[in-house]
Amino acid sequence: MGAEFVQFSLTPMLIGVLAAIACALPGNFLILRRQALIGDAISHVVLPGIVVAFLVTGTVATMPMLIGAGGAALVAVVLIEAIRRLGRIEPGAAMGVVFTALFAGGVLLLEQSDTSRVHLDVDHALMGNLETLIWLRASGWASVIDPVALAHLPPELPRIAIVAALMAALTVIFWRPLKLATFDEGFARAIGLPVSAIGLALVIAAAVAAVAAFDAVGSIIVIAMFICPPATARLMTDRLATQVWLSLAVAAVSAILGYVLAGYGPIWLGFDSSVSAAGMIATISGVMLAIACLWGRARGRVTPVA
Amino acid sequence: MPERLRLAADDGAMLSDHADVARAALSVRGMTVSYGEKPALFSVDATFPVGAMSAIIGPNGAGKSTFLKAALGLVPMVSGEVQFFGQSLAQARARIAYVPQRASVDWDFPTTVIDVVLMGRYRSLGLLRRIGRAEMALAQEALARVGMEGFANRQIGQLSGGQQQRVFLARALAQQADLYLLDEPFAGVDAATERAIIAVLKDLNAAGKSVIAVHHDLSTVVDYFDHVFMVNVRAMAQGPVASAFTTTALSQTYGGRLGAGQLDQLHPAGS
Repeated sequence: MGAEFVQFSLTPMLIGVLAAIACALPGNFLILRRQALIGDAISHVVLPGIVVAFLVTGTVATMPMLIGAGGAALVAVVLIEAIRRLGRIEPGAAMGVVFTALFAGGVLLLEQSDTSRVHLDVDHALMGNLETLIWLRASGWASVIDPVALAHLPPELPRIAIVAALMAALTVIFWRPLKLATFDEGFARAIGLPVSAIGLALVIAAAVAAVAAFDAVGSIIVIAMFICPPATARLMTDRLATQVWLSLAVAAVSAILGYVLAGYGPIWLGFDSSVSAAGMIATISGVMLAIACLWGRARGRVTPVA
Repeated sequence: MPERLRLAADDGAMLSDHADVARAALSVRGMTVSYGEKPALFSVDATFPVGAMSAIIGPNGAGKSTFLKAALGLVPMVSGEVQFFGQSLAQARARIAYVPQRASVDWDFPTTVIDVVLMGRYRSLGLLRRIGRAEMALAQEALARVGMEGFANRQIGQLSGGQQQRVFLARALAQQADLYLLDEPFAGVDAATERAIIAVLKDLNAAGKSVIAVHHDLSTVVDYFDHVFMVNVRAMAQGPVASAFTTTALSQTYGGRLGAGQLDQLHPAGS
């Protein structure tokens, strides 16, 4: 755990953990509202957002891409809510309609544009580039308090740290309205809570977390972290607060274990190359969910995730 | 048909008296609610006196629950005016407690009995204020009043239907309201729970509180309530149970759905 660890593993691990936590926090409420697929939906609609941002700005720089992705996510969230309310259909169906249509639109747009350059970023959107988010300026643990070295941290780290902190703050501040509006919408409305606004704010927060995380770690982790850690925690406890804390632990363990196994696992097994960290982190979270399903504390029944 | 219209008009005339509206725990004028094309409630006028035990009765699909939900702003009204104690819903909200239908929530939700009762205090607690000893004592007392004091730390999914209904009532008690609106409080509960709930409601009533419950068991209307509102999309009849709960009004409200034999067994007023 010396200088090399700080240079090559510390930042990607931290980014992985923070991204997992940022997605798992809203994910806890989304699974209880049977809206967990919103992560999937947002990840899909990010594609047309990126293409539009590219067509408008002509660059693949990070900021336009992020703004495009965020804009598309917001459009999708509003469309899903509008279709759910006006059409009086279940949220899963509304999400299915919106993200399929927007994703298809994105593919069409992509075909019409300069695909050779944008295509790279579509790959990036799926898998992320966790392994490349290294901290070359670091020379050891001392760099953690060295302002010069800190100035050269990969920009994804402060970005995802801010978003993770924002999600944590929102969860703490709006704990009671979120819990009550999720458990008993009628009672929540009767005591004057703005239930519709709470629901919309939750999916918008989820969209912010998804877009911030997808930039650093790709949509595979985003989709997995919205569902797997909260669902795993849901199987292990009957208390909402415990569930949220457990989901954070599962998210962090998935990120760290997944990153280490992706880097070293194949070598331990005799192969000479590593595998995608994003893929391994998502897989680990799925394995943890499977273990919780099989051996988790006996509960009445599993709340469907979508 | 002309008979029904006359009944509605009579009540409308009674409602126009302003002093009466101010004395009403809940007064509704011209409430129309529509799910899609067909109106669930059409131009309903109703008045529920302060300090009364009121029942809302009518056949399935008559709009009983919809009436409560629309009054509380849970479903939108096409038109209509609602006043609680002569005030708007927003002004009177702190004085109103609501017990939704038990089946309207997912009892698998990861929370405990005492936590659900404390939700009745969220309005006064706000976002971040800690739950103090007084709030906790209030919630415990509400649980004790419904006979559930030993269940505070149970997961709500482990409760029977009757126990779940009592927890919902305890949450409403914790709201410390003046008006209690209950949606089918006796639906699918055991006899002991029904007795416990009606005892709590009668205690509330004795303390001067107003109770309005959507009720489906006609055989207990006379025993449990002193005011009745009969609805079947339109307001069919209303008034003190002693004078308004009549065979005529019942057969009008329920149409052909009640047999003559059933009506005889109800011992309504004037039969």
